[in-house]
Parts: sequence; C-alpha cells; structure tokens
Amino acid sequence: MYQFSGKLKTFSLALIILGALGIAYSFYSAPKTVEEAKEIIAHQVSSHGNTHGDSHDEVSKEDHKSDAVFDSHGVKKEAHASSGDHAEHHDAKHDEHVFHQLQNKPWAAFYVALFFFLGVTLLVLAFYASQRVAQSGWSVVLFRVMEAITANLVPTSVIMLFVVIASVMHINHLFPWMAEGVFDPTSANYDPIIEGKAWWMNIPGWTIRSIIYLVIWNAYRWFIRRNSIKEDTANDGGKTYKLNYNVSVGFIFLFMITESMMSWDWIMGLDPHWFSTLFGWYVLASLLVSALTAIAFVTIYLRSKGALPGVNDSHIHDLAKFMFGFSVFWTYLWFAQFMLIWYADIPEETTYFVARFNEYKLPFLAMVGMNFVFPILLLLNSDFKSIPWFVVIGGIVILAGHYIDIFVMVMPATVGAQWSFGIAELSALLFFLGIFIYATFSAFAKANPIPQGNPFLEESEHFHYYNIEHRGEGSSDHH
Amino acid sequence: MESSKVIHAFYTDDEILLDAVKVVKAKHHHIEEVFCPFPVHGLDKAMGLAPTRLAITAFFYGITGLSVAIWMTNYMMIQDWPQDIGGKPSFSWVANMPAFVPIMFELTVFFAAHLMVITFYMRSRIWPFKEAENPDPRTTDDHFLMEIPVHNNEAELTALLATTGAVEINIVDKH
Repeated sequence: MYQFSGKLKTFSLALIILGALGIAYSFYSAPKTVEEAKEIIAHQVSSHGNTHGDSHDEVSKEDHKSDAVFDSHGVKKEAHASSGDHAEHHDAKHDEHVFHQLQNKPWAAFYVALFFFLGVTLLVLAFYASQRVAQSGWSVVLFRVMEAITANLVPTSVIMLFVVIASVMHINHLFPWMAEGVFDPTSANYDPIIEGKAWWMNIPGWTIRSIIYLVIWNAYRWFIRRNSIKEDTANDGGKTYKLNYNVSVGFIFLFMITESMMSWDWIMGLDPHWFSTLFGWYVLASLLVSALTAIAFVTIYLRSKGALPGVNDSHIHDLAKFMFGFSVFWTYLWFAQFMLIWYADIPEETTYFVARFNEYKLPFLAMVGMNFVFPILLLLNSDFKSIPWFVVIGGIVILAGHYIDIFVMVMPATVGAQWSFGIAELSALLFFLGIFIYATFSAFAKANPIPQGNPFLEESEHFHYYNIEHRGEGSSDHH
Repeated sequence: MESSKVIHAFYTDDEILLDAVKVVKAKHHHIEEVFCPFPVHGLDKAMGLAPTRLAITAFFYGITGLSVAIWMTNYMMIQDWPQDIGGKPSFSWVANMPAFVPIMFELTVFFAAHLMVITFYMRSRIWPFKEAENPDPRTTDDHFLMEIPVHNNEAELTALLATTGAVEINIVDKH
C-alpha cells in the first residue's frame, strides 16, 4: 500500500491555504462601486504612462462610433472627453461596463481554474470508463491512478455547485443572460436575441441541468470506485467486472450528452449571443488531452516513489502517445472552429474571434504553439515518449496551454479587455492544485495500487510496445 | 565467380524459429537471411538488425511537402496575381494563411506518405516484374527458412541446426 507522505500533504495544504488567501484578497480588492472602479482605472492609466494616450486621442472619433471597442488600458475616458456632447452619457455607460468587468475579475479567475480542474478530473473519469468499455489490456495497472485522480471530482463539484448557486442568486455577473430585466421587454436591459433562446437559457433550467450533470458524474465515480475495489476480492466469476463494464457503457453514453450540454451551459453561455456547433467537442478535446497529461504526471510521480510496480516504460509511452494524438485532435477542432468562422466571416459569429484576437492576441496565439507545435515536435519521436522527463516537459507545456485555452474561452466574455494574469488567477490555480494533490494521493493511499480482480491485469503487467527497451530488462524478457 | 554454399534450415513454427535464431546467434554464426510467410514479432531484435530509419525520412519528406505548399500558395495567391477573391485578404501570406492550411496539411501528408513508400520500395528492391527471390515456395505458405553461409563447417552447422528443431536441413549451392 502507498502511504500519502506527510511532506506532500503539507505541501498540498500549503497550496490550498496560500490559494485561499490569494482568492480572498482578490475578492477584497475588487471594486464595490463605480467610483472605486474609476479610481482603479485612473491608477492604471497613470502607471501605464502617457505613451498610449496620444495615439488614442487621434483615433478617438472612430472609437466613439462603435461602443464595442474598448482599448486595453481604459484610456477611453480621455478620448471621449475631447469628442463632444455624447461624452458624458457614454462615459457613465463605459464606467459601469468597466466596473462590471472589474467586479467579475476575481470570479472569472476562480471560475477558469475551477472549470479546468473539474473538467480535467471529469475527463480522467471518462477516459477510465472508456478503458473499461474497450477492455483495454495495457491500462489496467493504471486504473487505481485514474480512480485516485477522480477523487478530485467531489470537492470540485461541490465548489462548482456553490458557484452555480452564486450565479443564480446574482452574487456574480459571470453569465450576462442572468442579469435583471434581460427577458423583460420594458426593461433597459431587454435583449430580444437572448429572449429567443429563453427556452434553453433560463435560470431554473440551467440550475437543474447543472445539478444533474454533477450528480450523474459523481454517482458513476462513487459507484465505480466502490465496485472496482470490490472487484479485487470478489471472486465471483467476473460478475462484478461485468457489472462495472455495463455501468461504464451507460456512463459513457450519459457523459457524451452531459459533456456537450455542460459546455453550452457553463462556457458558451458566457457569450449568449454566440454559438458554435462543434464547441462541445472542442471543450472535450481540450480537457481530454489535459486529463491524459494529468494521468501521466501522477503515474510518473508514483512510479518514481516505487508505488506502481506493474508500470513500465511502455505504459508511459502509451500515455505520451495519447497526449500527442489528442494534442493534434484538439488542434484539429480548434482550427476547424476558427477557420470556418474566419472564412465565412458572418458578423454574429466573427465577433467571438475578433474580441479574442484583438484583446487576447498573445494567449490566443501562444496557445497554438503550446498545444500543437511544441508537443508535436517533442513527442513525435518514439524514443522520447518513454523518457519520463521528456513527457513531463511536454506535459507542463500542454497543461499550461490548455489552462490558457480555458482562460481565452472565459475571460473575454466576463472581463473583456480588463484581463491580466495576477494574484487572483494564480491563487485560484494554486488553490485547486492543492485540492487536486490532496484528493488524488489520499485516495490512492486508500486502496490496493494493483487492481487484482481485473481479468486483464496479467496482460497489462506484461504490456510491451515493440521498440521500447525497458530499463532493467534484458532481451530475453521479451520476444 | 566462385560458387558458395549455404545451409537452408526449415522450421514450421515461428516460436521455434525465434529460439533457433537465438541459438545460432549465440554460437556467433552469421545468419544471411530468414524467410517467413508473415512478420514474426521480435525477429529483427533476435537477429540483431539495426532499426529502420524510414520514419526519419518520412519526417523530412513531410517538411518538404509543407515547404512546397507554403511556397506554392505564397507564389500563386500573394505574389503572382493577388486578386480580391470574395474579400479574402491577399495582402500577405500570413493574412490569408488559414485558407491555405488545408492544402498545407494535405501536401505534408502526401509527400511524407508517397515518398516514404517509394523509399521503402527502393531500399527493399521491390518493383513490378522483379524476379522473386524465394529460395523455396513453401516459405510463402507455412514454412520458415533460415539461410546460413557455409565456410567449411558443414558438419558443425548441420549438427547445431538439428538440435534447434529444424524439420529439414539442405545444403545448397548459391551462385
């Protein structure tokens, strides 16, 4: 049995506390009134210097025509001041807009990290279910690793539930369609486009669906974890194993439906005017490649501690192959979504990428390098895929890249041009990383690291990819 | 030209063949060739053959294809005749790059795949009307054949091969 070392436990708790403090600070320092927001912006302007100011004055008239354009430093106020009668009215509107964005910042930072960790854990669960359904022979020795990671689903789901409730209770403004008066024709906030989607986008429906997703995922996790441990000692002619198989088939079916709907509700709903048909798949690909990287990381760590005797270089090689393959798959979907919208250039669809390309150019483009070019070149070579530190380097870039991917999905819709990567974002990441480590390794310590009752265990322990020379084995071990 | 002799040892099972190869290699005899009706997993390792470099060539063929695609799209669409076609930006290659990605991808795959296959044919010396090199037609059906050159050690080799489970051992003149 593996023992959750005190060092690692302390480390994860330190991450949680540090993250919680940072999150608390970011909420505390968010503006509470429009005046405070103005002050923050004014402070930003003075600290950014006047180099930007001049150029904005020149384009002020054009700026003024389209209210949608906000520059990244909030210097718009000056621009407006010089352009006449409408200045005051637009100023107030603009200030309120920026105020909402700044108020959203700590929420959005928290939400990005929460969704990233919840999604990664969920996809580990789905991958695990797929391995059971495929009756795969190679991954059985990794089952307990995957099960342990899915323990993180419980705390992240609970936190997600709180965020869902907070959104519904108007404690945050993450989802613009939840705002007061959006569905009311007499209100200033009335939005006929969103009202046309009211059959799907309504608060009771959204809340109930969100709860259903979380319940389905957690119910399967709870069941399969319990029954997988039962499998070890069942000795009932494969009855438990078959039951687990059947339940996993059912889960994969439900997962594919709930995952798509979850990505519409929780991510696409942030931009209620925009829609994309392959969005569910795109979110799936992003989370799946991150999930495989997470499995590889935990596996490499536990193997280095001697806790996984059945895992050899070929297993690492296979995980790296999956990381490589799904990196390409993610790129395929990312590009398919981008290129179709770019090519047709229909205004109602294009705004999504215009906002991202103008205000998020660096993360938007860096993401393609990190999630595609780097893993492709690093993990193309078959020998590299079985060398743990190569996989770790590739994995760090992949995980960072997919965090940025979620960041670029959420931030433009919630904070717009007011984005940055600072204390709020970093501490939310550390907070959830701490929870992830604590949940994963304490769960791994609670069960036999070898799933003894699985009929494919023997095959998995002798799994060997043909051109990998396992360390500590001679040529006589395989033929 | 001096005619040389080789021993042909026949086997009917790939596991026995693999063990035989290991025994012969352990005695430091050179194995000229092994003929099999199907791929035998691990035979190349047992014989000590060097790993193939075909994948490396494919990588460079792919880079070549990508370069050709970039050059071609840039020359045709941007340099030679930059028309306005449906409002697509033909001011620079980068501005219109997403439209070129499908052809870039396909040409990368096309070059990598076809040139690698042709490389394989050339290195393996396979082409239409090529005379078959089967020493025995049974090796395409259900027999495995190990060919070992003889250097005045016929008796020793025959005795060794007989212990490895060979079903038939012939000494053949090779021209």
